[in-house]
Amino acid sequence: MDITLIWYLVPAIVMFCCGVYGFLTRRNMIAMLISLELMLNAVDINFVVFNRYLFPSSMEGWMFTLFGIAIAAAETALAIAIIINLFRVSKNIDVRDATKMKN
Amino acid sequence: MESVGSTIFYWIIALSIVIFSVLTVTTRKILRAATYLLFVLFATAALYFKLDYEFLGSVQIAVYAGGIVVLFVFAILLTTHPGDNSKQLTSRKKLLGLVGALATAGACAWALCSRSADLFTSLPSMANPSMHRIGEAMLGTAYGQYLLPFEAVSVLLLACIIGGVVIARKR
Amino acid sequence: MDITIPILILAIPLFMFLLLGLAGVKMSHKLAGTLGTLGMGTVLVLSYYTAFTYYFSGNPEFIDGTTRLQAVIFNHTWLQFTPALAIRIGFLLDPISAMMLIVIPTISFMVHVYSLGYMHGEKGFQRYYAFLSLFSFSMLGLVVATNIFQMYIFWELVGASSFLLIGFFYTLPSAVSACKKAFIVTRFADLGFLIGILVLSYFTHHLDFLPMTQNPQAVLASFEGVTFLGASGLTWALVLIFTGGMGKSAMLPLHIWLPDAMEGPTPVSALIHAATMVVAGVYLVARLFPLYMLEDAALMFITVVGAATAFYAAMVACAQIDIKRILAFSTISQIAFMMVSLGVASKNNVAIHEGLGYMASMFHLFTHAMFKALLFLGAGSLIHAVHSNNYTAMGGLRKYMPITHITFLIGCLAIAGIWPFAGFFSKDEILSACFANGTFWGIWMMMVAAMTAFYMFRMYFLVFWWDNPDYEKEHHGHLPHDPGFAMTFPLIFLGIVSIIAGFIPFGQLVTFDGHEYHIHIDWSIAGLSMGVAILSIAFSAWLYMKKNDKPQRMADSCRWLWTAANRRFYWDEIYLFITRRIIFDGICKPIAWFDRHIIDGTMDGFAYVTNKASYAIRGFQSGKVQMYIWWYLIGAVVLGIITAICVL
Repeated sequence: MDITLIWYLVPAIVMFCCGVYGFLTRRNMIAMLISLELMLNAVDINFVVFNRYLFPSSMEGWMFTLFGIAIAAAETALAIAIIINLFRVSKNIDVRDATKMKN
Repeated sequence: MESVGSTIFYWIIALSIVIFSVLTVTTRKILRAATYLLFVLFATAALYFKLDYEFLGSVQIAVYAGGIVVLFVFAILLTTHPGDNSKQLTSRKKLLGLVGALATAGACAWALCSRSADLFTSLPSMANPSMHRIGEAMLGTAYGQYLLPFEAVSVLLLACIIGGVVIARKR
Repeated sequence: MDITIPILILAIPLFMFLLLGLAGVKMSHKLAGTLGTLGMGTVLVLSYYTAFTYYFSGNPEFIDGTTRLQAVIFNHTWLQFTPALAIRIGFLLDPISAMMLIVIPTISFMVHVYSLGYMHGEKGFQRYYAFLSLFSFSMLGLVVATNIFQMYIFWELVGASSFLLIGFFYTLPSAVSACKKAFIVTRFADLGFLIGILVLSYFTHHLDFLPMTQNPQAVLASFEGVTFLGASGLTWALVLIFTGGMGKSAMLPLHIWLPDAMEGPTPVSALIHAATMVVAGVYLVARLFPLYMLEDAALMFITVVGAATAFYAAMVACAQIDIKRILAFSTISQIAFMMVSLGVASKNNVAIHEGLGYMASMFHLFTHAMFKALLFLGAGSLIHAVHSNNYTAMGGLRKYMPITHITFLIGCLAIAGIWPFAGFFSKDEILSACFANGTFWGIWMMMVAAMTAFYMFRMYFLVFWWDNPDYEKEHHGHLPHDPGFAMTFPLIFLGIVSIIAGFIPFGQLVTFDGHEYHIHIDWSIAGLSMGVAILSIAFSAWLYMKKNDKPQRMADSCRWLWTAANRRFYWDEIYLFITRRIIFDGICKPIAWFDRHIIDGTMDGFAYVTNKASYAIRGFQSGKVQMYIWWYLIGAVVLGIITAICVL
């Protein structure tokens, strides 16, 4: 059986949809962040797979993935810093309680 | 035609991605969610390896699994008390989330169908990108080379470090 | 001639202005007044020296045999536009500027001295002296201008200093509105002046006086074939330049500012609004006279405006109550004499009687400056004593104020034109020039001269004779008395000058072409005019010498005329009607309405809609992140569907 492009895309879509579901339903900010990571990861997979299957001689998708990983790391670090700060203020990381920039 | 081992390997990766993704967003224990995320990331790394992108797979493991997930675990341990479960989701909420997820899936499926010609390409042969080539791609300025984004990302990371320090600092 | 003294003549008043203006607050009144007066005294000496050098030294720079020359002492290029067109600042010495170098410092110095007494103890005394210095500087710069643009600059400067001095008592609303009125009216006239300068320099390609006046035919040639609305281009340029003179010299219909300018301190009226600044218009026409000679239409315009103004102002002066207003209208009338004299000096491009009118005009400018300053300073002395501007509060003052009485009488006789006082000679020359041009102008101006004698002596008798009010009661035991020496000295000095100035051999000094002109008094005209003047004086003596009801009955018999003259023939009302009813109500208000309702309304409408819209959608900014995600997701899915539909 030949493993074609679509074989890789379907798990990626599932992963992405799981991320969307989690992002929409979870109230815990860290859980939302984890869902976000899932979505980003699904996008990364897409880049890699398209690059590998359609343009094997070039490295654009590869590079994008690399940068995507770096940016995801940066974003996560900042987001967690903010969450910890919020937690310190309100002892709570429920996204429904964080509706105002200032208190 | 792929070898049987390769196909089996694929199925292991695909199933673990699907299963652990679902588990990540459905489990009520936040620490477990982080663990499942770790498995998903490992599976993704394995996927990269399978597609002959060894460097990318290593980066995935090092940065994601080694860095981000550790960060998550720390944050979770700092902000939640052990044994805390998030509340049972109401069915209405679940339904809404499912609708959102399925709508996304539908949009993606629609997009895929509209480009169905490419979907069944089989894996072309490719020489693994050597470290030499990766280095040139990252540090060159010609077409297909990415010095500028590389520098931008380094500045971003620096800004991120400073921002993290400033935000998380005790006042 | 060395340039040091001319530069000092301009620099000292400017320095005094800066010194008193910047450091005056720190000075005592006495110090500031003394400094200003000493500065002006220095200028007086220097400019007398300069003028006498010009007239009498026989230096070949200034006189060639019997012909007086125009000498440029220095001419510094300030802005060079093209090789020909440049703006220069210089010092021109010729018969008329040398004459003005005598007139201005003399009057200015007298006013400086007089103000030491008159303005004693006033708030802002130092500021007053600073402004006087500024005015003296500007006026001196104006008369020695070597080019028309320098003249324009100083022309505006005298306007500005006049504005400052009229509004000196800035707490009085009437003074504030008077200074604004003066400034706006003269600015309005100066617009014409500026356009005239631009038209002239557009064709001649330069701004300098000497090339224009020494070779007027070249100017005429540069205007060759230019006509506009039936008049030649040069006529237009000259008439527009004369418009500026009309504003400064208060000719009809731009005279309305001068009577109100009497709100300023009386010495200022003597200096600026009688002797020097208001004759700037005459001086301007005289300066460009060789050009005016080429255009009879422009000269005719000047004559008609001058004659009408002279008659009008004399009529109004007969019916005023405020003595300063009477003097103001008398000034307008006398300046109009000078204008008419210039206007009739030439006909068919030939100067009549070797430019008799020109010489007479300058002569009258000189004598008028002396006796009108004297009259104003005398009026100041009266006001100082009685604390009122109206003759109704005066009467019988000859017994209390002998010095003021005598000097005032000298001034009145001089302006009425009685031999041997100064006004007789200059007025006789003017009348001769008018008769030489046309009998109509001669008779007209003689009539105005008779009216002059009448209204001046009306004022004189009403102030010094007439009734004797109970001063003791009205002034709480203080009787009016002559002022101190600082104020009587200028009166006496100017009185003496007013007596002897007529004997100055003016024809040898100031003539239109620099050649000597022998004044020979035409006794038929002189006798006639003096007879008329004496008759007028007798008539006013009959009316006003003793208190009686004849004036009242006369006024009642033609009440409308008296009221109209008293209200200055409603010129101010006409102006108010035009500005308020036509310009404000008819033009400005609709525009303001349009601006306020249409333009502002549109802008307010935008703001209103934006405001309402943002209130309507502010609910979206709930801060609930997951709601945002929902909106985002819906948008993304919709966009995806749209894309898919388009692709299919």
